[in-house]
Amino acid sequence: MLADRPITPSTLSLKDLPWQIVWDREKCTLCGRCTAVCPVQAIELGVFRKRSVVPSLDPQRPPANSFATYYGIRQKTDPACRCVGCATCTLVCPNDAILPVHSDEADKLRFHINAGGQPRNRGGRRNVPGSILDRIKFTRISMLTDPALDAGRHEFELRTLLGRVLPPEKNLQFLRENGWIPPVREIYPLIIGGMSFGALSPNMWEALQLGVAYLNEELGIPVRICTGEGGCPPRLLRSRFLKYVILQIASGYFGWDEIIHAIPEMKEDPCAIEIKYGQGAKPGDGGLLMWYKVNRLIAAIRGVPAGVSLPSPPTHQTQYSIEESVAKMILSMSMAWGFRVPVYPKISGTSTAMAVLNNLTRNPYAAGLAIDGEDGGTGAAYNVSMDHMGHPIASNIRDGYKTLVELGQQNEIPLFAGGGIGKSGNLAANAAALIMLGASGVQVGKSIMQAAAGCVGSESDRCNICNIGQCPKGITSQDPRLYRRLDVDAVAQRLVDTVLSFDTELKKIVAPLGRSTSLPIGMADAIGIDDAHAAGRLDIRFVV
Amino acid sequence: MCRLFAITSQDPLSPMVAIEALDVMREGHDGSGVGLFLRDLGGPFEEIKDAPILSGIFTDAGLKRLDAFMMDIGFMTKYKLSIKVPKAVPPGVPRRDVYLIRAYEYPEEWDGLPAAELQRRLLQVRLQLRHMGEEKRDMIVFSFWPDVIMIKEIGDPLTVARYLRLERKELRARVIMAQGRQNTNYAINLYACHPFFIQGLASMTNGENTAFVPIREFLASRGFDGYIGYQSDSEVFTHILHYTLHSLKLGLEAYKHVITPLNDAAIAAHPDAVLLRHLKHSCRPLIIDGPNCVIGCLLDHSLFMVQDRKKLRPGVVGGRPGRFAFSSEICGLDAAIPDRDKARDFQPMHLDTVIIGPDRQEIRTCSQTDPLPPAP
Ligand code: SF4
Ligand code: SF4
Repeated sequence: MLADRPITPSTLSLKDLPWQIVWDREKCTLCGRCTAVCPVQAIELGVFRKRSVVPSLDPQRPPANSFATYYGIRQKTDPACRCVGCATCTLVCPNDAILPVHSDEADKLRFHINAGGQPRNRGGRRNVPGSILDRIKFTRISMLTDPALDAGRHEFELRTLLGRVLPPEKNLQFLRENGWIPPVREIYPLIIGGMSFGALSPNMWEALQLGVAYLNEELGIPVRICTGEGGCPPRLLRSRFLKYVILQIASGYFGWDEIIHAIPEMKEDPCAIEIKYGQGAKPGDGGLLMWYKVNRLIAAIRGVPAGVSLPSPPTHQTQYSIEESVAKMILSMSMAWGFRVPVYPKISGTSTAMAVLNNLTRNPYAAGLAIDGEDGGTGAAYNVSMDHMGHPIASNIRDGYKTLVELGQQNEIPLFAGGGIGKSGNLAANAAALIMLGASGVQVGKSIMQAAAGCVGSESDRCNICNIGQCPKGITSQDPRLYRRLDVDAVAQRLVDTVLSFDTELKKIVAPLGRSTSLPIGMADAIGIDDAHAAGRLDIRFVV
Repeated sequence: MCRLFAITSQDPLSPMVAIEALDVMREGHDGSGVGLFLRDLGGPFEEIKDAPILSGIFTDAGLKRLDAFMMDIGFMTKYKLSIKVPKAVPPGVPRRDVYLIRAYEYPEEWDGLPAAELQRRLLQVRLQLRHMGEEKRDMIVFSFWPDVIMIKEIGDPLTVARYLRLERKELRARVIMAQGRQNTNYAINLYACHPFFIQGLASMTNGENTAFVPIREFLASRGFDGYIGYQSDSEVFTHILHYTLHSLKLGLEAYKHVITPLNDAAIAAHPDAVLLRHLKHSCRPLIIDGPNCVIGCLLDHSLFMVQDRKKLRPGVVGGRPGRFAFSSEICGLDAAIPDRDKARDFQPMHLDTVIIGPDRQEIRTCSQTDPLPPAP
């Protein structure tokens, strides 16, 4: 900073930032790749002054100064251009001359990202590392009491059901009498959760669809993918691959004009319809696609003008009571596909989730309930919503399952858990823990982005700029210069690898518990945790 | 692992046949308990086939409470088999006041009740007695059903049988099921001893039931009074059988489809694919998933055996017309029916249900891939 520059309250030093750029003049070739690639222009070409003292041993000649300038990389301290730690500069540097490092203390920046009274807005996840799910252990191992199963050789059927399952007596009666039996899908317990076309780049979307199609058609693993609220490309709507897709409708109804018009031309029914009432990352807030990302393609699919921000309202405008309007919406959606497609709501984790669930138990058309916990991700939201709003998923799912058990409907309304599953990299263990707490399956987003596409975002506030369309990996960008970085085939391949390794790990968990032919939903006697309060709350074993 | 033995014979047999068969399989159980289920009785019970028989263990005080209770609801004792036990109790066997086997005359008001209602009331009486007994710890009730006797006790099977003098001639039956207990994860409690009984159906199992907790939760939430207990993870097998036959009104052939459904590819190829898929979905929480061999007895006196989906347990059936037996091990079979054609012994595999019908003429095998018989 120059000496005559005024200091304002928001004048920050490098030390006040969360990420500092360490640059090595020795290694730098001044190629300029880092400054060109930085998604937030946090670094620029710097001109530095260098004074050197030139001592002299000759008493006749006094010591002198030499003055020089040199070029290098300078990090900006303007909050608008703060470094987000994505390390894309490091990635492109041919000489390993540059690296972001995390500040050793809490940054001061956080007090200043509200210029103009606009609170911080970002993408990503809750900036709190770790999860109670990581602490759940699988403690019931069949050994000498029984031969344990062999994850590598025995027959496994790790499938779950999505749809309203009738009680056995009624099911058989309706079968005899030709009554209406609600549609039920046999799917893989790992669902790729709703990430919209718009939030994700076209390459990312295509890659996920490609990977899902491969998993289904070549490997026989019935993984399903949810569209999120952003419609669905017209060709996919009219293709046989639609059966692997869960169409989401949310409060902005984006893309639904296109979908409804495509119904007569659909070759296959979609897997299901998800009505999004809430999202774990930003409970009580609608969806948001910021204007940067609304290009002509997105605008066309969503049926809106280009270049404007697209907020969906916090709630469905038609929704005035759960008893009537949720029921009506479920019914309308069911009717649109001739009652052949399961329709279920998705809500954010909340202490009022049981009221919603209780209501659904009385609605014969409700095909399930997806609950998205506080660790869910998003393309764009207020920081405060992401970090402080929402309910942990574990206790919500457990309460939900126990409520259903009390009603005897534990097999009738499948619960799907979302939000932070695999956030520490333990995808299969987290999923299995939730299944044993009572979930029928899990919805996963961020973890797939990290594993399949190399998202660098983290809970220590790294990157998380999915909202501004500058995703350095091209995952959440609509700029072709960025998303061309994403090789569609390579991402699809990574998705397949990720699911296959998940599958092996899941078997490695359930086989020693003596389970193989049915998913151990609600098998809470198999798990424990090293925290007495958590054990009490979740009604599982306390183990130390 | 527990050892199981069951026999069905044209001529009434002493339960000692089964106890001796268990004894030759001694290596497989630790003598921590024995359970006996006798049906199609001979001896003095031959004449009173319709009279419900109460089997259980009582303290002297419990017996008084029982008498008062039964009198109150109008049951009159018709016949009783008194087991007087010697003063010296063998080691490992608890001292009891009364082992009760008592046949009753129905109350007059029950005359002409439809069968279903009669069965419901018999269950209610048994449950009521069980609750009373649990309250004061003075009675343990195993069964209350016509033509059925059950005896269970802690200790080595042969020791217990000799102590109770089970060879007595009043105790003869054409169908006998016996289990020698290997105590594993649950504390010894007589309600945890096999065979289990509900409304005329009985079954016994070996192996650990890994899916026990979700199954128990599912059964307990069916709203049926009889689905209680579960001191043993194997009791659910009896209740699933009951649920399949009574609530779902399916035949025994469907039982295996409930507890160990076919995989999706096999269902798709099955002539009853639609029914089986619905059954698999709606009965999903009843899938047992464990290594288990189940032997059971139906109301019509048929005996059957099924294995888990992977056939991880031993089990064999063999015999000759008029006498067939199921056993965990072939040596048990050899002890009970040495004069059989061993070449015809059959070890049911992962798809089989084997049934010896009430006529005891042959081993009937049905595979899960066979079409289901039309609904009864
Ligand atoms: S780490 Fe990312 S945001 Fe920071 S300077 Fe490097 S490229 Fe820019
Ligand atoms: S890498 Fe892309 S998707 Fe991941 S946090 Fe950064 S901007 Fe978001």
